[in-house]
Amino acid sequence: MPLSPAQVRHIAKLARLEISDAEVEKYSRELSSILSYIEKLKEVDTTGVEPTAQVTGLTNAFREDVIAPQGPTTAELLATSPLPIEEQQIETPSAHG
Amino acid sequence: MSISSLTIGEAHDKLLKKEISSTELTKACIEQIEKVDGTINAVVHRNFEGALEEAQRIDAEQNFDHPLAGIPFLVKDVYCEKGIPTTACSNVLRSKDYIPPFESTTTRRLKEKNAISLGKANTDEFTMGSSTETSCYGVTKNPWDLKRVAGGSSGGPAAATIADECLFALGTDTGGSIRQPAHFCGCVGLKVTYGRTSRFGVMSMASSLDSIGTLAKTVEDAAIILGTIAGKDPLDGTSGNMPVLDYRKTLKNGVKGLKIGLPKEYFIDGMHADVEKAVRDAAKTFQSLGAEIVDVSLPLTPYALATYYVLCPSEVSSNMARYDGLRFGHLEDKSADNLIELYIKNRTGGFGPEVKRRIMIGTYALSAGYFDAYYRQAQKVRTLVKKDFEDAYKNVDVILAPVAPTPAFIIGANNNDPVQMYLEDVFTVPINLAGIPGLALPCGQSKEGLPIGMQILGPQWGEETILRAGYAFEQATDWHTRRPTL
Repeated sequence: MPLSPAQVRHIAKLARLEISDAEVEKYSRELSSILSYIEKLKEVDTTGVEPTAQVTGLTNAFREDVIAPQGPTTAELLATSPLPIEEQQIETPSAHG
Repeated sequence: MSISSLTIGEAHDKLLKKEISSTELTKACIEQIEKVDGTINAVVHRNFEGALEEAQRIDAEQNFDHPLAGIPFLVKDVYCEKGIPTTACSNVLRSKDYIPPFESTTTRRLKEKNAISLGKANTDEFTMGSSTETSCYGVTKNPWDLKRVAGGSSGGPAAATIADECLFALGTDTGGSIRQPAHFCGCVGLKVTYGRTSRFGVMSMASSLDSIGTLAKTVEDAAIILGTIAGKDPLDGTSGNMPVLDYRKTLKNGVKGLKIGLPKEYFIDGMHADVEKAVRDAAKTFQSLGAEIVDVSLPLTPYALATYYVLCPSEVSSNMARYDGLRFGHLEDKSADNLIELYIKNRTGGFGPEVKRRIMIGTYALSAGYFDAYYRQAQKVRTLVKKDFEDAYKNVDVILAPVAPTPAFIIGANNNDPVQMYLEDVFTVPINLAGIPGLALPCGQSKEGLPIGMQILGPQWGEETILRAGYAFEQATDWHTRRPTL
């Protein structure tokens, strides 16, 4: 089931990626090819089969609600940001534009 | 012969006897990197000054009780090491070199035993790929034939290990990324049971599939490393409670009576004849050592790859969301009009084409209207793939299989069609879907002189058995002693 250019553009928008017109064509081809390979999953009878979300066999990996000081400082964490820092906050463009 | 070509076992022995020092060993690895890495391009960040300082400290303390004390290793560029650039070989983290302010649990456990980190090894961008061709630092060349890939995504760790640039290297395996490079490069590659070791501090690709592991020169070395890095970690909620065994001690227990399954779905038309022959010959070797070969069937195998290529990109699309350029990463254009514009520009400017492809497939599979058809269905098929193995292990102890349909391919050969590249993973991804362990080790050579490996697969938590089987094979053969000429 090939993806239309509109679908590809929509996916890119959801993924916060910008793609040029030439790329729309390329991704449409490549993604359609991958998706048609994946179609074969429909051949498998999965009636009554539970989905697998994780393979650890664990349930509820809890710990006591106790503060254990560890890890980097606020300053160390902020140091990796490429944006300006003001009063321990990362300054970004407005969310509203 | 440089001492960088020693195994961990051999180096440990010499360090104890004071025949060599850790500083000499570290210098030998550094010299080897300086000699050959211009050719193979396996090392992407160098921590030479730090490594030599550590070596000198360790030599002064003179405590070589632990087998990894004073042993130099390389780290796949996705394990965060405090103060050492870690970039996932992506422009997203390379444009302002990401220097983690924290340490991954796995590297911390190794360093607590005084193993020495030499720096970072090359990988496909965010470990997405089967050839290390998508790395922003360029491809890693196969030391056995420089026209060919070293495999992926742990191409750097595998090439570096077989080229004696280090004594071992850390890798990750989400769909075969340790085992396939081990097969292409002729070294040992251990993928652990999901949850056997901690993923804390390792940049996630697909969180339900990512596995920690190592590239090494011998099975014994892999057992030593496993014993050091395994175990529950409160910082990783998916790490399991199973006790860490003495994997080195049980290596010599042999394979008499061991039932080894040969899955018929892993010997397919079109696979390289030398690969099939090498693995079938290995089965005969196991028989001569007292093991019993049993035919088994894993009927869902033809669907495992499709399952993986829904689940993996879906999880990728979620994990890559954090790379928005705020707290870390590529800043394309500070003057973006609004936040969403900024995200779009940073991500578009930083990610490579394979990563974008996978993000988009995943976004589609998870989007409204398609979730049930793709993602939910794939999760159900995953249950069946896992059950295939559980059923097989009722009749056999381990499973023996080829790692990939061919030996190392020519650089650029698979670049025109993503599906063609994905087919390289057909024998490795089922293992990740099931969450079981796999040990790849050399068992032959192609007519062109390229290494061929096999994988020994265990049930969940079955590392002791697969290591024991691999060790027995090494004692009876000499494939693991071969090294490329560089």
